[in-house]
Amino acid sequence: MIAITDYGVGNLFSIKSSLDTIGVQSVVTGDADVLRSADKIILPGVGAFRDARKKLSDSGLDKVIIEEAKKGKPILGICLGMQLLFDKSYEYGEYEGLGLIKGEIRPIADVIGEGLSIPHIGWNPLIMKKKTPLFKYINDGDCVYFVHSYYAAECDENVSATAEYGCELTASAEAGSVYGCQFHPEKSGKAGLAILKAFAEML
Amino acid sequence: MITKRIIPCLDVRNGRVVKGVNFEGLSDVSSPTQLARAYWESGADELVFYDITASFEGRKLFTDVLREVASTIFIPLTVGGGINTVEDFDRVLKCGADKVSVNSGAIRNPELINEAAHIYGNQCVVLSVDIKRVNGEFHVFAKGGREDTGIEAIEWIKRGVERGAGEIVVNSIDTDGVKQGFDIEMLKAVQSVVNVPVIASGGAGKIEDFVTLFKEIPRMSAGLAASIFHFGEVAIKDLKEELDKNNIPVRRV
Repeated sequence: MIAITDYGVGNLFSIKSSLDTIGVQSVVTGDADVLRSADKIILPGVGAFRDARKKLSDSGLDKVIIEEAKKGKPILGICLGMQLLFDKSYEYGEYEGLGLIKGEIRPIADVIGEGLSIPHIGWNPLIMKKKTPLFKYINDGDCVYFVHSYYAAECDENVSATAEYGCELTASAEAGSVYGCQFHPEKSGKAGLAILKAFAEML
Repeated sequence: MITKRIIPCLDVRNGRVVKGVNFEGLSDVSSPTQLARAYWESGADELVFYDITASFEGRKLFTDVLREVASTIFIPLTVGGGINTVEDFDRVLKCGADKVSVNSGAIRNPELINEAAHIYGNQCVVLSVDIKRVNGEFHVFAKGGREDTGIEAIEWIKRGVERGAGEIVVNSIDTDGVKQGFDIEMLKAVQSVVNVPVIASGGAGKIEDFVTLFKEIPRMSAGLAASIFHFGEVAIKDLKEELDKNNIPVRRV
């Protein structure tokens, strides 16, 4: 059973539906005990880092996710949910993340150069950087769907894939059993479903 | 390198696709779910659902449809039509929409863009603008392109982005339905003043029109069309093959 963390941020409908479609049992929950008893946890998120971080603290689920991650439970952060896994973010200030993956979140405007639109919206091929169980069913060059204006920096050793947008932006990162996708697997067609299936099959 | 998006647009009234669809292999050509599924298989990068219902009952049917589509296919879904309040955003986002497009609702109340962007993030708010040339100026038209608001379009779009729109759909009324190609001049004028992704709409009649669009305006993020896809005049697979041959990056399925 995968617990999809409900802390009042983001569209959980599509994540739940995509897991249903590939035959994976999941539950949308804001209950700490359900997160603790689940095999795996998905941390979704859209919007601003500060607001999401606050909601996660207010719900008390941040501590639960950190505890479960430290026990080695597979965690998958998606989009802003991925950014929350890092040490800190510089979106509209400076805010502490969950500190589960080393690195920090910065504006893509600082690095992508002139002539590219912000947000980075659209389908972009993955450039694989290391072998990861998360990508066992997909290939280098498969396209996934991105929507973001901030990216994970200072995390080179944790990056499993990048996407080219003026420069190579972190597309996915991991540390132990903690995984993060900047893109939306639940909106990334068959490649996205294959990534969710790989996550669901982790032990 | 980011790929250029190809986006079919479906008009839905009372839960059914309108504007006659002629799609091979569908048992029910007016079923939004069947059509959405066919597009997902053929490699559409995103779908736009436009609710042209006026009644409350129709709205309910629309959200039922949306829910069904969003649990069947897994590509981004943008919803427009009848979006006047933040509650309207909430209603469609809960049913699986990823982005919400505002048009007349934003003309009546531009603050809607700020409010929605604040709550759901800029990436969620798409400003859709129907534009027509009037005495050599680009004017914003309201009510499905029937009413000249007198508002200068380029300035309106700039303001919309400042207010928090994360994407712009430019629909040229001058080229819409003519099938002689996108309105390159108008699209260039818009693209040159904004830094968010721009989606071209209105005028596509054949594959070459998309090639011209992306060659003439390399920054253009996506091309949107309705009937040429629905009637099978342009197959998305062939379109992407041709773009690829012209070194325009596309997602292949």
